This record gives sequence, C-alpha cells and structure tokens, in this order.
Amino acid sequence: MTIGRRALIGIPYLWLLLLFLVPFGIIFKISLSDITLAIPPYTPTLDLSEGWPGIRDFLRQLDFENYVFLTEDALYWKAYLSSLRIALVSTLLALCVGYPIAYGMARAAPEWRPTLMMLVILPFWTSFLIRVYAWIGILSTEGYLNQFLQWIGLIAEPLQIMNTPTAVYVGIVYTYLPFMILPIYATLERMDDSLLEAAEDLGCSRLSAFWIITFPLSRSGIIAGCFLVFIPAIGEFVIPSLLGGSGTLMIGKVLWEEFFSNRDWPVASAVAIILLLILVIPIILFQKTLEKNQEADA
Amino acid sequence: MTSAVAAARPAEFAPWNDPAQTPLIRFENVTKRFGDFTAVDDVDLAIYRKEFFALLGPSGCGKTTLMRMLAGFETATEGRITIGDEDMAGIPPNRREVNMMFQSYALFPHLSVWDNIAFGLKRSDMAKDKIPDRVQEMLRLTRLEKFARRKPHQISGGQRQRVALARALAKAPKLLLLDEPLGALDAKLRQQTQFELMDIQEKTETTFVIVTHDQEEAMTVASRVAVMDNGKVIQVDTPARIYETPNSVYVADFIGDVNLIEGNATLKPDGLVRLAWAEGAPEIIATAGEGLTDGARASFVIRPEKVAISAERPEGRNNVVQGRIHDIAYLGNISTYHVELPGGQIMKAQTVNNRRQSRRGFTWDDEVWLSWTDTAGLVLAG
Ligand SMILES: Nc1ncnc2c1ncn2[C@@H]1O[C@H](COP(=O)(O)OP(=O)(O)OP(=O)(O)O)[C@@H](O)[C@H]1O
Ligand SMILES: [Mg+2]
Repeated sequence: MTIGRRALIGIPYLWLLLLFLVPFGIIFKISLSDITLAIPPYTPTLDLSEGWPGIRDFLRQLDFENYVFLTEDALYWKAYLSSLRIALVSTLLALCVGYPIAYGMARAAPEWRPTLMMLVILPFWTSFLIRVYAWIGILSTEGYLNQFLQWIGLIAEPLQIMNTPTAVYVGIVYTYLPFMILPIYATLERMDDSLLEAAEDLGCSRLSAFWIITFPLSRSGIIAGCFLVFIPAIGEFVIPSLLGGSGTLMIGKVLWEEFFSNRDWPVASAVAIILLLILVIPIILFQKTLEKNQEADA
Repeated sequence: MTSAVAAARPAEFAPWNDPAQTPLIRFENVTKRFGDFTAVDDVDLAIYRKEFFALLGPSGCGKTTLMRMLAGFETATEGRITIGDEDMAGIPPNRREVNMMFQSYALFPHLSVWDNIAFGLKRSDMAKDKIPDRVQEMLRLTRLEKFARRKPHQISGGQRQRVALARALAKAPKLLLLDEPLGALDAKLRQQTQFELMDIQEKTETTFVIVTHDQEEAMTVASRVAVMDNGKVIQVDTPARIYETPNSVYVADFIGDVNLIEGNATLKPDGLVRLAWAEGAPEIIATAGEGLTDGARASFVIRPEKVAISAERPEGRNNVVQGRIHDIAYLGNISTYHVELPGGQIMKAQTVNNRRQSRRGFTWDDEVWLSWTDTAGLVLAG
C-alpha cells in the first residue's frame, strides 16, 4: 500500500478519533470523577506539571461510584426504560404513517415524484425548534386542534394533549418522519412493477401480492428507516421538554437536568455513557443490515 | 438468413383449416387506445389449442399490448376477447387460466428458484402435498434440479430464463404467453432454447403465444405467425406460407430478403401477370398475388435464392435479364450477388456454396444473366 493510499484511509480514522473517541474519553473520565464546587465542577483534574506521581494520584481518585449511584436511584433506570418505550412506540408510529406515504410516492406518476419528495424534505428548511414550538400552538388547550374539534362539535371540553406522552409521540413522529419515508421510498421506487404483475398472473390478489412481494422487498428500507428514527429518538431532549412537560420521563431530559440544573457533571456523564452503550447495540445491528443489503445488491 | 424449416411438427396439425375446430382464443375487432394513440387497431385473430403462435412485428407495433390484453393487464378499448368461449372482459389476471413469461423474467428476488416455481401452485387449489412433486417435475423439465435452492441473483441469465419458463408452466395453464423470452440470450443459446421451447410445448400440449421481433425465431418455433404493423395484423399464416406467399409488399419485405421491382400489372387469363417495369425491358411474368387488380400499380417480389445466375443466356425461360455484378456478399454457406440491371435497379441472386473452393464463380463487374421461372415470384398490389 502506498503512503498516499494509507493517508487517504487514515483521514476518516483521524476524524473518528478526534470527533468521537477523544470526546468519549473525556466524558468517560468525567463520569469516573467526583462532584465538587469548582470550575470545572468535578475532581480530580489532571495536572501534568506534577509528573508521574501526579498522574498516579489522579488515577487512584477515579472510581465507578457514579454508576453505582445510577443503579440505586430508580429515577434513572425508569428514565432509560421510558425512553426506550417512547422511542420504540414512536418508531412504530412513524413506520405506520411513513410507509403509506412512501408507497403513495412510489406509485405516483413519475412527473409528480420530485414534487412529493420536495414536500417531504421541505420542513427541514426551517428551524427544528420553531417547528416544535408550532406544535405547542396546535396541541395546547387553546390550540388550533382543540378549537377545531370544538368547532365541529366533536368535543365539548378541550383535550389535554400538551404535556402528555401523546404530545411527545406527535412531536417525535412529526420530526423524524422524513427519515422513515426516504429509505422506504428508495426501496419501493427501485422495485420492478412487473414483479407485482407476475404475482397477480400467478394467482395472487392485489392485496396478497403486496404482503408477499412488495413488503418483503422493502424490508431493507423499513429497517433503515426504523433505525434512523429509533436511534435519535431515544436520546431526544428538546421534544419531551417542550411538549412533554413534567409528565414524560426521558433520559435526554434527565441528562440535561443533571448537567445544567444540578451541575453534577460526573453523574450526567455516567448517564450519557450508559445511553451510548444502549445505543451501540442498535447501531451495530444497523451497520450489519446495511452491509448485508449491500452484499445482496452486489 | 431465414429458414422455413418449421416442418419438424407433424404436417397434419392445421386446426385453422378445419371448420369443425373452435379456436381457444378469439380477438373480435379489438382496439386498444392509450389516450388518443391507437396501439392495437381493429384486430381479428383466432388461435387454436396446442398452437405455437408467434406475434411478429417491428418495435412499437403493439405486440406486447396484445399479449397484455390476453393476460388481463390491459383492457380492450373496443371489441371482445374470448378464451375458451368465455368473454374475458372484467376478469382479473389472477382468475385467468393464462400464465405469462415476462420479458424481464420478473423472478421474485427474495425467493429461491424452488419457491419461485412453487409460487403459483401455492396459490392454486392444488393439494399441499402434491406441490413438491410438481415443482420437481418442472425442475426436471427445465433441467434446473441443481439450482433449486439458489436465489435468482445466484444463477446465470439462461438459467433465470428457464426458471421463468418453469414458473409460468407449473400451473399447467391453458395458455402460456411468452414476451420476447429469448431476448437476453446469445445467438447459440437462443437457438438451442428455441428447440427446447418447441420440445416443451409439444410435451405439455400447452398453447403458446410468443412475441418476438426476430423473424427467424418466429419462423423456427411457430405453427403460425401473425405479422403486425402499426397495431394492425397484416397477415396470419404458417411460416412457409408467410415466406412464400406474402399477402402484401410489407410482409414480403419484413420477412427475409427480397427483391422488389415496381411496375404496371396486366392480368392474364391463366392466373399469371405481366409487369411492365422499365422502358424497353421485357415484361416480367409472374404469379398474381392476393387482391391484385388489372392495370394497377404493383410490385414484383422474388426471393434472391429463386433467382438463378449464369454466364450464358439460359434457354427456355420467360424471365431473363442481363446485368453487371455490383457487389458480392460471401456468407460461407451461400453467396449473394448484387447485380445492377440496365435500368439501374439492383437485383440480388443467391447461390449455395455446396462445393468447397469450387471454381471461382463470378467476380465484380462480370456481365451475367439472371433468370427465374414464372412461378418463382409474386406480383403484389402496391
Ligand atoms: N401504458 C401505455 N401508455 C401509453 N402508450 C403506450 C402504453 N403502453 C404501450 N404504449 C404504446 O403502444 C405502442 C405499442 O406498444 P407495445 O409495447 O405493444 O409494442 P411492442 O410491439 O411490444 O414493441 P417492442 O417490440 O418494442 O416491445 C407503443 O407505441 C407504445 O409507446
Ligand atoms: Mg414488447
């Protein structure tokens, strides 16, 4: 291998090292420290001027106390579980909403497809924060949704949607829907229409042809879409804090509070490390399926 | 070159000549329009049981559309299609005893060869325990036993094509539609597969309708050929008759190599025609084609292999012209001489090279005589 090629391959590794491993190392180190009233608000801090004994002293003071603490307080594992549940349910909801949209786009006349694609991507052009705020205007007790429902006479009293898990589901599904639609659309659009005709020709009804042919063939898109929604949803902070109120417990919110309200950096770091470990499993699974799909396509 | 050697099948198979036979498929004044474009134009067609029927025509003439109407993927704008005396209007593809082998094969990529072949059987009323036997039979017929467990992307193009055939045949349909089934194969494999197809068709006694734009293929496999142009069926006949007695200049020109000479026709009482084709040249005497009227503008058509070439003026023939060799195409088994006639027309004459390195026949710029019998060529209207 020439030096040039090695350098080329080295760049992404360097990138990973700088932007992932180094921050990870720093966070991990903080998670092993103790809280103190200082700047930065943890101890020990590494002071290289004292040489070897200093480093040894520093290492001796690190421990897994914070991790033990996380297991002792029920709040944390409840928050993890609740985040997992909310992420899982949102992913399923996004799939149920996104699949028909992707299917409709793939079945639309070819000249319409770029426009439809545009409509899916369009929300990205405004700030995520503003879009979530807009949902407050829709979902609150005096919001548009309640006004509308009262106006058509469906309900007498306004519904309490804001500050409930429902609002969080709405927010997450809304925000991450494009990540579900786009990969599914990509697989559906690539599918050869004559496969469905062949299935029909061999005795399938339209509906069973969908379940036997279309659905399995869009599996790779479904898997990609689900991971793309699930992984960011689990650590979501903005949506539960703006729409979920105090009623929803999510690990992202706990993390925020540890950092900024309690200024307990070590515990917050431990929370973050555990979250990362939880996410590593689906991320590895995701990579595996991606690789498998690439092999199948080749 | 074109060969009219489909005579491999028994000569007596000709249900279209037997008034007692009823056709399996009938197209009655069928028209299909896409918007204001007419893809199939007022087609009448009858196809009989056990026939190997070929639809032949240039690209875009409506062959696939005709086929898709039989399978149920398109509905006729006008007219009636019946299969086994049942009107097909409104019957969806999954309820027709018709199976189609798709041009792109359309194999299900996520299913194994075995499951692809079993696909239709699982959705039929066949008993579950009978399915493996039937699949095995199909695998044997198409010589795919070794590949049963593979996925479509793990087999070759030719094998894929055989899977598509096996899958379409598995349900033992009344009618099998094949849309350019051999399009993706190289010439050698193609020829071999044509014979396999004929063999399978005979063994299974299924009615085959094949779409092709390769005339040689149509001539090889088919019991009858329909030549189409612009959504219309121009002629339906056996390969030999299509080749020897085309009903129009279009068909004559489309099938095989042909010499065309335009002129004015005069009908003679004995069924022959005189064609005045050039100032001062002797009139051509030939057989009258279908629908030729006296005194009309007409074309004389003759196949190059029916034109004899000689150095001396031949005796005892009515049709003799002299010319100069303009070009020679040596094709190994035959040679085609392009001879320039005094009027400037080019006439092709073919000879069989049945002797290896025989005395060199003719060469460029030789003065030669071309001749043919009165019945060798046809005069067709137009
Ligand atoms: N769905 C459709 N909408 C509009 N026009 C169509 C449609 N399907 C076919 N056509 C037109 O009808 C004509 C006949 O098409 P068809 O596919 O039957 O041709 P073909 O004879 O099978 O040609 P080829 O040999 O190229 O396959 C073509 O001009 C085609 O453009
Ligand atoms: Mg076609």
